Amino acid sequence: MFEGFDAVVLARIQFAFTMSFHIVFPAFSIGLASYLAVLEALWLWTGREVFINLFNYWLKIFAIAFGMGVVSGIVMSYQFGTNWAVFSDKTGPVLGPLMAYEVLTAFFLEAGFLGVMLFGLKRVGPKLHFLATMMVATGTLISAFWILSANSWMQTPAGYAMNAAGQFIAADWFKLIFNPSFPYRLVHMVLAAYLTTAFVVGAVGAWHLLSDNAREGSRVMFSMAMWMAALVAPIQIFAGDQHGLNTLEYQPAKVMAMEGHFKSHPNGAPLILFGFPSMKDAEVKYSIEIPKASSLILKHDLNAPLAGLDTVPRENWPPVPIVFWSFRVMVGIGFAMLGIGALSLLMRWRGKLYDSPLLHRLAVLMGPAGFVAVLAGWITTETGRQPFTVYGLMRTAESASPLAAPAVATSLIAFIIVYFIVFTAGVIYMLRLMAEPPHHGEEGPRGDVPTHAGGIAPGIGMAASSGKG
Amino acid sequence: MNIVIDLPTVFAFVIAFAVFLYIVMDGFDLGLGMLFPFFPEKKDRDVMMNSVAPVWDGNETWLVLGGGALYAAFPLAYAILMPAIYTPIIAMLIGLVFRGIAFEFRWRSRRERNQWDVSFAAGSLIAALAQGIALGAILQGVTVTGRAYGGGWWDWLTPFSILTGLSVVAGYMLLGVTWLIMKTNGDLRERAYMLAWPLLVATLVAILAVSLATPFLDAEYARRWFAWPNIVLTAPVPVAVAGITFLLLRSIAKRQDYYPFPLTLVLFATSFGGLGVSIFPYIVPRSVTIWDAASPHDSLLFMIVGVAILVPIILAYTAWNYWVFRGKIDADSGYH
Repeated sequence: MFEGFDAVVLARIQFAFTMSFHIVFPAFSIGLASYLAVLEALWLWTGREVFINLFNYWLKIFAIAFGMGVVSGIVMSYQFGTNWAVFSDKTGPVLGPLMAYEVLTAFFLEAGFLGVMLFGLKRVGPKLHFLATMMVATGTLISAFWILSANSWMQTPAGYAMNAAGQFIAADWFKLIFNPSFPYRLVHMVLAAYLTTAFVVGAVGAWHLLSDNAREGSRVMFSMAMWMAALVAPIQIFAGDQHGLNTLEYQPAKVMAMEGHFKSHPNGAPLILFGFPSMKDAEVKYSIEIPKASSLILKHDLNAPLAGLDTVPRENWPPVPIVFWSFRVMVGIGFAMLGIGALSLLMRWRGKLYDSPLLHRLAVLMGPAGFVAVLAGWITTETGRQPFTVYGLMRTAESASPLAAPAVATSLIAFIIVYFIVFTAGVIYMLRLMAEPPHHGEEGPRGDVPTHAGGIAPGIGMAASSGKG
Repeated sequence: MNIVIDLPTVFAFVIAFAVFLYIVMDGFDLGLGMLFPFFPEKKDRDVMMNSVAPVWDGNETWLVLGGGALYAAFPLAYAILMPAIYTPIIAMLIGLVFRGIAFEFRWRSRRERNQWDVSFAAGSLIAALAQGIALGAILQGVTVTGRAYGGGWWDWLTPFSILTGLSVVAGYMLLGVTWLIMKTNGDLRERAYMLAWPLLVATLVAILAVSLATPFLDAEYARRWFAWPNIVLTAPVPVAVAGITFLLLRSIAKRQDYYPFPLTLVLFATSFGGLGVSIFPYIVPRSVTIWDAASPHDSLLFMIVGVAILVPIILAYTAWNYWVFRGKIDADSGYH
């Protein structure tokens, strides 16, 4: 299947494959954990049954998504050592502590309270249970903080020095953690997770509204999701723009690839909407352009000069077509989300939020859009960092493990087979849960099985003897 | 007062602590999975899985800490060992994938004979075997060239690593069965007691075999265990194993539900200490010491602050989680 590839290319395919599968689950569970915390807070505050029904409904889906995030995440934590040993040796002193802190402050927090969140409502009572939900939601955000800091350092390294063994060592931890691209990336990613989740929730709500628009659960989740779309999509577009300006400052070659600017434009650069970038000929073929618009967006000046890839040595070019296209997919989806948000505001204003099959159909269609946008965004930023692992300092080709190609090819094939089995099943189970509308008296993940210790009553005298978790 | 604290040594113990907690905590989860074939009935399996469902994720996190801390504190060792035990590590990860997803998927499948039970049992077996093989592969030593692994991708496979692989399988199953004794009632517990006998014997045979084989791997191991004055320190290890075995046998015979599991933990701790005697202060046995591999002082200092503050907190809420789900699981309550 992979004869003729060298070990580095195979290791890159393996990392890209396992990472792409992994990233969609944290993106979903970061958003969903926060949504669950909001639902439980609203339930505690208002006492309305619809909120606890929605909480239990989404909790079952969260349990599956979180489980898949955990198992695919453990694979990631060992990918560095198995396939990128030289990278690990060189960056361990600076990136290792960030990941160790991610485990200590985030993974344990999530894992330690997940059991109570999933199965413990009747054992610990609503208040402690809400605390557990908050801890899990907080854990997902702390995890995003550390891993995006580490990723951002690879993009915009700062606060480091080199030692005699050729390792990166810390010179200033604050500068290292809060490296130049980190704040932008963190905001952009967390908002992306929230939007992704909002569009999944919105699609499920819309799907059930299409068959019966009187159900309270469907109405509440659809309304909440559309508020998120209307409010967060414009903020996200602004955050993305700011992130782009930051990239222009620190990783100009990536922006050149995103824009398809092979040539420098001393008198205002055009915005290339579409076209076919050719690395060989160093031009974008059949391009549709808006003159000077790129300079306007990136420099806020129609005639500002913009350098092109002709100022970058060819061996340092990222793969332009991938970056160019993935960027357009992400931006396109971002504006489609903005459109849905605007349409929902219009329908809400007209009092037709629950009576607009057009909006509901569009929302269903946009359900998976967030995942596609997240993947496209990650492909843009990670491929745009090439040919480096640590931008400008350590090349990808010099980062890999001293492994024979057959070893990497075998493990890659194994991961492909296993992931397709496992994730197909997971997605089917999640879709099956989503296909049922939330109903009165919705149960949590183990509504029908015992999780209760017979005989020993928990400290808080909740209705524990029913044994339902 | 000027106490010199050697941070690499501290971190060696931190990682050993994380690995030990992983071994015993995920050990009983994985052991439980491997016991599935002995408990074919759905209702028994429901109880077994529910006894660990609220805690397994936290248990597995110690493995992530072990790997993460190794990367952070001893990057050179991480960079050498991971390619050296490449295949067992990949197998372990895939085993853990199949095991982990079963916790939720099992309840979502509509089939009566559940394919995720197979996934759970087989995933647990693969993960346990791979961990044991990885341990053996490290113990027997790996080829190091410069700052990298210099061997082939099948070097890990030897009779010794197969022996350690099977030993870990036996030990985890013993942990799993004593956990069941502690957490269940009635017929399920009774069958767990019946299985505890052969599994205890298998574990003891495994400990004995690995202990006898290790000194033959390298003269250095033999010297550490048998030469004067080390023998003063090492001689009590087998004595302790014998003592724990006696207590274990007695508690199983007397049907003391809450004793076998903690005693098995002590048995694991003793064996783990024995491994420490063989390995320390090397981190890649006989080629790289913890001081060769350690991150710069600054990185270790930055992390030790977090470890010192956060690990006690983590242990506290982990204990709380176990406390919330304490006690025996009754198979008959909860069905409505």
